[in-house]
Order: sequence, then structure tokens, then C-alpha cells
Amino acid sequence: MPFGQGRSGGGGGRGKSGDKKTGEKGQGQRRTLFRRRKVCKFCADKIDDINYKDVKLIGPFVPERGKILPRRISGTCAMHQRKLQTAIKRARQIALIPYVTD
Amino acid sequence: MADRQYELVYILPPETTEQQVTDLHQQVEGVVSKMHGQIEKTENWGRKKLAYEIGHNKEGVYVLDVINGTGELMKELDRRLRVMDQVIRHMVVRVDEEKKVVDRTRTKRQSESERRRVKRGLPPTRQPGEGRSHDMDDTEDDRFDGVEV
Repeated sequence: MPFGQGRSGGGGGRGKSGDKKTGEKGQGQRRTLFRRRKVCKFCADKIDDINYKDVKLIGPFVPERGKILPRRISGTCAMHQRKLQTAIKRARQIALIPYVTD
Repeated sequence: MADRQYELVYILPPETTEQQVTDLHQQVEGVVSKMHGQIEKTENWGRKKLAYEIGHNKEGVYVLDVINGTGELMKELDRRLRVMDQVIRHMVVRVDEEKKVVDRTRTKRQSESERRRVKRGLPPTRQPGEGRSHDMDDTEDDRFDGVEV
């Protein structure tokens, strides 16, 4: 019993309890500052092929300035972000997407 | 060795005529056939606005060729296109391997879903008017569709 208690309070559950704490803290904020759950668009829509010719698909991931939208904002998974990155870079080469816009 | 598949995109100035486009296409075709390749598909995207200026051009005529051939062929084609001044931009991309991966994942997903459906005692393919409508609007909200600050 004491073993179990120690576990939940101490080192073993450290990461978890830490998560919980921030989760609880965040929930109060979440009501005022609504965040939608981020999901990889390509996984959700089951898009296998991220093609450089498809500007409609890539477009939303290249905001005004012309930079590639980071994963932490778009919620894209690592694999698809990598594919998206090459697609955007190719599209830039043939002037479908700008390198920079001021 | 099996041929590889490449995509060649090139951009011509907006004032090029149809005749010039076909002329250039014939030149490309000549190089391809001489080096034992073949053009699988040609797409003319027509005049499009460029995202940035290329040599004072704001618009360009896009042409896409899907070519089966060797690396040497593409190297030669790349060299020639670089020399031609009526081509303002070109790009060669190898596509066969990516295509293979895409096909594989697609068939894998399909067979997997069929297997699951059969296990659940359903017909292997989705019937019209079946499910999905309720979780559709749920996922709609989650998906990313613009800049979020």
C-alpha cells in the first residue's frame, strides 16, 4: 500500500501528474479561450498523395507571408508535414507558390 | 533496368503562340525518342499567373510532360532546356517511387477496411446512405482549414 502511494505521488507518476495539473489548469482557461483539437488534415481526409501541382491543397499551409506553416499551428502529423514541405518547395520552384511576399 | 518515370514542367513566356508551344513540344519529343524514352502524357495548363516574376514575366504558359526514360535522358533534356531562352523555367521531378508508395498505402487501406467490414458481417464496400453523416460534422470542425493564431 505505501508502495502504491509513493508511486502515485513520487517519481514514477511524475510526468503523468504533471500533465494532469496543466490539464486542470488549462481547463479553466479553455472555456474563455477556446482551442479546437488539432488533427492532421491529410490523415483525417485520407489524402495519400501531397502533390506539388495541387495548389488548392497546399495553399492553406502557406500563409500571406509565404512561409511554410509550422506543425504546431496546423496540427499536421510529422510524416505529412515532411511531404508537404517537399511539395511546397517544388511548387515554389515553378512559381505556383511564392517564396516571399512583402 | 526498368525505366523510371519523371515529370517535366516547363514555363514559357505568356506571349508564346500555340505554334511555338507545339514546336517546343516536338523538340522535347525528339530528344525523348532519340534516347529511347517515351512520353506518357502531356498536359497543357495554359496561361497562369506566376507567384513571382521570372525575368519580368508576370504570367506564363505551363506545360507538363510525364516521361518514362532513363536518368541520362532527363539529364540531356534538362541541359537542353537550360540552354533554350524561350523556356523561362523548368523542373524535372522523379515520380515513380512516390507513386508506388502512394498506390501501396491506398490498396493497403482499402483491403484493410474490406477485411474489417467482412469481419463485421458487412459487404466489403460501403453502401450508399450508410453511416458517416454524424461523425462527418464532428471532424469538420477539427480539421485545419486556414491560419489559426
